Amino acid sequence: MKRTIFSNQLLPWLLLAPQLIITFVFFLWPAAQAIRQSFLREDAFGTRTTFVGLENFVRLWNSPEYLNSLQVTAVFAISVTVLSMGLSLLLAIAVDRMIRSTRVYTTLLVWPYAVAPAVAGILWWFIFNPTIGIMPYLLGQIGYDWNHIQSKSDAMTLVVIASAWKQISYNFLFFLAGLQAIPASLREAAAIDGAGPVRRFFDITFPLLSPTTFFLLVVNIVYAMFDTFGVIDATTEGGPAQATNIMVYKVYFDGFVGQNLGSSAAQSVVLMALVLVLTVIQFRYVEKKVAY
Amino acid sequence: MIENRPFLNMAAHLVLILGVCIVALPVWVAFVASTHGPTAFMSGTIPMWPGPDLVKNYSQMLGAGVSTSGTPPVGVMMFNSLIMALSIAIGKIVISVLSAFAVVYFRFPFRGLAFWCIFITLMLPVEVRIVPTFQVVADLGMLNSYAGLSIPLIASATATFLFRQVFLTIPDELTEAARIDGAGPMKFFRDILLPLSRTNIAALFVILFIYGWNQYLWPLLITTSSDYYTIVAGIKRMADAVDGLPQWHLVMATAMLAMIPPVIVVVAMQRLFVKGLVETEK
Repeated sequence: MKRTIFSNQLLPWLLLAPQLIITFVFFLWPAAQAIRQSFLREDAFGTRTTFVGLENFVRLWNSPEYLNSLQVTAVFAISVTVLSMGLSLLLAIAVDRMIRSTRVYTTLLVWPYAVAPAVAGILWWFIFNPTIGIMPYLLGQIGYDWNHIQSKSDAMTLVVIASAWKQISYNFLFFLAGLQAIPASLREAAAIDGAGPVRRFFDITFPLLSPTTFFLLVVNIVYAMFDTFGVIDATTEGGPAQATNIMVYKVYFDGFVGQNLGSSAAQSVVLMALVLVLTVIQFRYVEKKVAY
Repeated sequence: MIENRPFLNMAAHLVLILGVCIVALPVWVAFVASTHGPTAFMSGTIPMWPGPDLVKNYSQMLGAGVSTSGTPPVGVMMFNSLIMALSIAIGKIVISVLSAFAVVYFRFPFRGLAFWCIFITLMLPVEVRIVPTFQVVADLGMLNSYAGLSIPLIASATATFLFRQVFLTIPDELTEAARIDGAGPMKFFRDILLPLSRTNIAALFVILFIYGWNQYLWPLLITTSSDYYTIVAGIKRMADAVDGLPQWHLVMATAMLAMIPPVIVVVAMQRLFVKGLVETEK
């Protein structure tokens, strides 16, 4: 709170106007439309709409495709988060040991942040291309027949790798900052008491890193659920047989390709509720961090 | 380092070199593919070392593009991407810095409500409400325009919070001094607040430029005329179109061109980039 303020009454509204107008027109209004639409159903020709109450939601809940999408999203989000955070933590611990080469390694590890998810998808799609890619060739040498166009698990592996790869640099930077914030004196004291590097990691470093870990956990889940549209669309397009049809992709697909507006709107509402929960978790955590 | 353990140091270097290689692998493969001619992919596996056609492939993509794919030359798409990224980054910064100024330095009715309206945008990512947002933009006649590409994406709660945070740390004495000297609110804003938040603006710009450049779903939906294709969205169309006759060398050249500008921004402005990343997440 500022003690010294300006007393104009009209000026603050003029200053806020651009932000508020854009927020209303492109955020609140469409969100309200999604909520309204989720209670309506259009007939096949789009000429008549009827109020159907909660029927769109009930249908979703009873739709095997949607339940499958929920499950796929959960598997996908958890795999991306674990894979990406695990690798990043390992790399951050290794860089934290370095004295002179920290900057060089950091530069070599941060740039994938700048690669668009869709481009990351294209790159990995090329590497795993069943006919000319190098990975299927190498896997073929050890007797595995890779084909993400037909195999559900191969397709999921592909999108998980592409999405996790893109997120490594982000996690790495935050883990490294977290590690460097831990006072060296604590680890020195433990070393004098005879604790080895492994013991020191699990008894001191990892617990003190937990605020960073928790924060990254939320951020990664949000990333995997909402920002990976490009990866999916550039590689598998939700297939084969719905195996990689995560919720964000299904909203788009049902709305634009399937033209099922009521169902798509109901899915939008479910997703908004999910973002709400995740945002609340994130902000509660931020408040706690301030209190430290 | 707590104690000197040569073995662990070796292991750490090994892990890092391996990590750097894994991180770089897809880009290396794409780069190699983009330097070969179309026949190099017939043999069954992609080559691992660069070929002779680097200049040829890139100049073809930048200048002429692939006529069969329905996409414009990559040069045009990169220009569109640049316009979109700059409009989003500058637009977000301008409207956020103004609204943070209003929220911090004025008391007016419904101030809390205005703040909450901005806050709530955090919970409405465009992917989630994509269908109705598309309808709004279509109704406003903003399809196939630079305004349609950028304006719907420039409201930003994160940036507003960031500037609010920055303004709260600026001492009240400065405001008092400015008022005693007879400065009005806008003069104070221009001559004191903006110069003091210069590095924050620069750091935020780096992050937002990357955000804007990498937009995918939005440009894919609202550009139906190839004049407005952005490179990140166009690349998918190109990959789809050439699927029958895979011109991998050209698709990969486009992928390289799509990532070069944001990667250069990150590497060249690494310090600002890290600052921006950490600040926007607070």
